[in-house]
Amino acid sequence: MKIAPRKVEMPRQKPKVRVTNFNEVALGYSEKEAQQEAKRCLQCKKAPCTKACPVEIDIPGFIAKITEKDYQGAIRKIKEANLLPAMCGRVCPQEGLCEKACTLSKKYEPVAIGRLERFAADWELQKGSPESSPLPSSTGKRVAVIGSGPGSLSCAGDLVRWGDKVTIFEALHKPGGVLVYGIPEFRLPKAIIEREVNYIQSLGVEVKTGYVIGKIYTLDELFSQGYDAIFIGIGAGLPKFMDIPGENLNGVYSANEFLTRTNLMKAYLFPQYDTPIKIGERVAVIGGGNVAMDASRVALRLGAQKVSNIYRRSPKEMPARVEEVQNAKDEGVEFKFLTNPVRILGNKENWVTGIECIRMELGEPDESGRCRPVPIKGSEFTIKVDIVVMAIGAGANPLLPSATPDLKVNKWGYIVIDEASGKTSKEGVWAGGDIVSGAATVISAMASGRRSARAIHQYLMAPLEARDFS
Amino acid sequence: MYKILNKQDLGPSIKEFLISSPKIARKVQPGQFVVVKIDERGERIPLTIADYERDKGTITIVVQEAGKTTCQLGGLNSGDTLSDVIGPLGIPTHIENRGTIVCVGGGVGIAPVYPVARGFKEIGNRVISIIGARTRELVIWEDKIASVSDEVYITTDDGSYGRKGFVSDELQRLIEGKREFGLVFAVGPTLMMRAVSEVTRPYKLRTIVSLNPIMVDATGMCGACRVSVGGKTKFVCVDGPDFDGHQVDFDQLLSRQRIYLQEEKKALQHYNSLHKHGTLK
Repeated sequence: MKIAPRKVEMPRQKPKVRVTNFNEVALGYSEKEAQQEAKRCLQCKKAPCTKACPVEIDIPGFIAKITEKDYQGAIRKIKEANLLPAMCGRVCPQEGLCEKACTLSKKYEPVAIGRLERFAADWELQKGSPESSPLPSSTGKRVAVIGSGPGSLSCAGDLVRWGDKVTIFEALHKPGGVLVYGIPEFRLPKAIIEREVNYIQSLGVEVKTGYVIGKIYTLDELFSQGYDAIFIGIGAGLPKFMDIPGENLNGVYSANEFLTRTNLMKAYLFPQYDTPIKIGERVAVIGGGNVAMDASRVALRLGAQKVSNIYRRSPKEMPARVEEVQNAKDEGVEFKFLTNPVRILGNKENWVTGIECIRMELGEPDESGRCRPVPIKGSEFTIKVDIVVMAIGAGANPLLPSATPDLKVNKWGYIVIDEASGKTSKEGVWAGGDIVSGAATVISAMASGRRSARAIHQYLMAPLEARDFS
Repeated sequence: MYKILNKQDLGPSIKEFLISSPKIARKVQPGQFVVVKIDERGERIPLTIADYERDKGTITIVVQEAGKTTCQLGGLNSGDTLSDVIGPLGIPTHIENRGTIVCVGGGVGIAPVYPVARGFKEIGNRVISIIGARTRELVIWEDKIASVSDEVYITTDDGSYGRKGFVSDELQRLIEGKREFGLVFAVGPTLMMRAVSEVTRPYKLRTIVSLNPIMVDATGMCGACRVSVGGKTKFVCVDGPDFDGHQVDFDQLLSRQRIYLQEEKKALQHYNSLHKHGTLK
């Protein structure tokens, strides 16, 4: 059989239409499209795709089930490794992982693994209630999971399937972490997260919202309440600013605030929802990552006339997914590369009026391997804007670590762990996701959540005297 | 869900709520706050905890109706529930022995002064309280404040009760009376806290103010509440809410508190229009 060189296109909302709504941009494969795409898979024995997957999904296995039209079988295969397939099918950076390793990609476009994963997951969601997996008898062990983002959900999902009793403590009023407050509706509909969280709950995981651990309980208090182990997956919840003049002017947002108001608090539905947001006519978003792309696209949908993305390096160095950059371009985001803000300008009433920027050129590669941007002397210029969104990354939120003196953190405030297990310096405590690695991806957080789950379960099952108290 | 156990009208548009939350009541310290979200569509607003009873599992908040959320809250009654009450948040007030403490409360800010005054009193400080409001009906919790103070001074802007003038004027008088004060602690409208800080500045009298900026998550994640203190940006939700009043950039705080004035008006109009048609309780 001759292999089609290109992926089957996934239907999408047209750019002109989608910038006027918050509905999902990518619409997903029909059954026919999924069949056509699944047939492109070579069913490699060695499955390099699976090896490249952080949670090691049996990719040829689930794709084979799709070609057999056994969609229940396909989703079952995926869920052996990944309890959150509808999310991962949407936001996982497949182009750098499974699809990059795909044998087809040597000659053609790789198999659209992410789209097929999404197809199987959506098939199950549409069908109604997901099939519940049989659970083993209870081990009688209790685990507290702090945070409810992708790392925590995966950790909880594994532990509960091994018979441990899990309680998730979420600081915000809704579970999902960055999936709920950070990633916009048009990229990951909140209803999907709700259903995947419901699924985890249906397996027996208890979810408590509005619990700020470190304030309401310390980790030691959780132990004294009877928890046998703790997983910390609290994310990188500290916004970064550039430390330039004018950052406290009205109209300057951290990306966290801009996105939280929009996604978690639904400011785009103000005044039906109570939380407002300021948008103005001209918006500048600073930064070149996925969060910057999300913020830019949100700004357009909130009604900004012009959105400029300001990035200090060139397109090649952008950390954002190629697909997200393209989405932003198609929707009309204007890119200003090799440009760096120097200060934010304001009026008498303390409102933003513009940004003074300086042009940059690329110098020698820095420790990240990317070329270091160097300012070009005397090249300053001003852009008129009403709103500035700082999307230059997030750091470690110190709230929990500072309430836990015996939890070792590094000089940036990230929790120090044993790489192989996720174990922290504190007995009975594991950690994973962005609070360990700094801002990364949903799938890497999930992988670290699962790695910790294995280690935690082993620890709980080991006889007390065999536990490593070093 | 968090149940309102009791509601009391303290004055025109000022309401006191007794809320059941044993876990917060067990942990709260003077100076800390909660984030309240009324229902599914509600915004998250920070409210300082004005009192608590650990054994009964209750906390008390006092709210003045101003915008949509506080008006909606003011319309709730004993037996109603709030979808979220999150806390205790912020760093507790540093309660220490400093001799004589002056506690200053303005308007609805009188209530959160109470646990702080009580805290200072309990460890052996002499506590002088100055409380004030626009007019007599808005002076709240006089008895409670008196019960934890050695002296109480009252002011109203219109002179309808106590001495005519501002709490900061009263503070000025006390300081000019040549008495030794170890610390001034102030809660209230930002303009009042600024005035208090300006009164004490020439005397280098240590002054702690409890700031009340706009917040969203209130756990240090969004930075909405940032304010310059001593030239450095601080997040009030996790670095505060208490700061050295002589270091706070009050102008910046005032302007940041007004970011959403237009939207707040719109939200209130929207609420009132629904309210009239009976779609909301």
